[in-house]
Amino acid sequence: MSDDRHPLFKPLVFVGGLIFGFGLGFSHMARPEVVVNFLLFEDLGLPFVMFGAAIVSGIAFALLPRIRDAAPLTGSPYERRLKPFDRNVLVGGAVFGVGWGLSGICPGAAYASLGVGNVTILWALGGMFVGAYAQGYWRSRSEARDAAPAGAD
Amino acid sequence: MVADPVLLQAVAELFPNGISRYAVGGLLVGLGTVVIYVGTGIPAGASTFLESTLSYVSDQSRFQRYVGSRDWRLVFTAGIVLGALAFAATVQSGVVTTSLYEPGTTGQLYEVAGVTLWTTDVQPWRLFLGGILVGIGTRVGKGCTSGHGVCGVGSASKTSLAGVATFLTVAIGTAQVVAALGVSP
Repeated sequence: MSDDRHPLFKPLVFVGGLIFGFGLGFSHMARPEVVVNFLLFEDLGLPFVMFGAAIVSGIAFALLPRIRDAAPLTGSPYERRLKPFDRNVLVGGAVFGVGWGLSGICPGAAYASLGVGNVTILWALGGMFVGAYAQGYWRSRSEARDAAPAGAD
Repeated sequence: MVADPVLLQAVAELFPNGISRYAVGGLLVGLGTVVIYVGTGIPAGASTFLESTLSYVSDQSRFQRYVGSRDWRLVFTAGIVLGALAFAATVQSGVVTTSLYEPGTTGQLYEVAGVTLWTTDVQPWRLFLGGILVGIGTRVGKGCTSGHGVCGVGSASKTSLAGVATFLTVAIGTAQVVAALGVSP
């Protein structure tokens, strides 16, 4: 993907973000308590959010390639971008799971939580940047040490 | 359609806040994802923003690979924050009312300039320590609840299904252990 984007590229991403954030607020995923209550089986509503959203996007992912070849604002083909499976998916998923279970917050919901007024969530956002920096620092160094491209990502 | 009172009570206990706020919110989250995908072909996830934004301040190769997408990811995140603020200014403030929305009883409400805002009771150390692990885990694991959970599951990606099964199972176990240790909220 190149950097010379269509003038409507960022406005469209912004509108998509607005709808996405409104939905996270409406569904109470921006509230860590509600996520923790799900994980404790006290309110089983959360799967309706994640799988509801997955069904809606899944319909679009399946239909769009049949309607047209490429996205109007980027020229990128409508294709499945499947991430390669390796041990990192399980190790990272497990670390994320401990963090999500402890805090009740995930990245998108944390941004939305700030929007609904939850200033306290800055602790979680600060932590996420610290964690993302730590793994990036470590992985950048080990990649440089191996001095070989680590394959597709 | 038999309205079995025992069954109805069981459902009410499992879903004390109903399901409509979750289902409607999920449809909107999906719709936001679709709007971006239709226009750009990009299945957007939320956690890459953490690394792409670090590329503004760090030269590490791990972050620099996201230089090409860091601007629009910042715009996406700004949209999420402001979309949630729009929710707070309308539905959470009671300006817009709908039977599909169940306000619930979690956390604390407060008012600023006529807008009803909300803040959590969950302790800061849980948010900070959990946040660090979320920052590490989502980036090592190639995605979070939106990249794997929404876009990946929507694409029927086996990698994402494995990721979701892993973080969901571990999160349930972690939350149960934390609660059993008497940590609340």
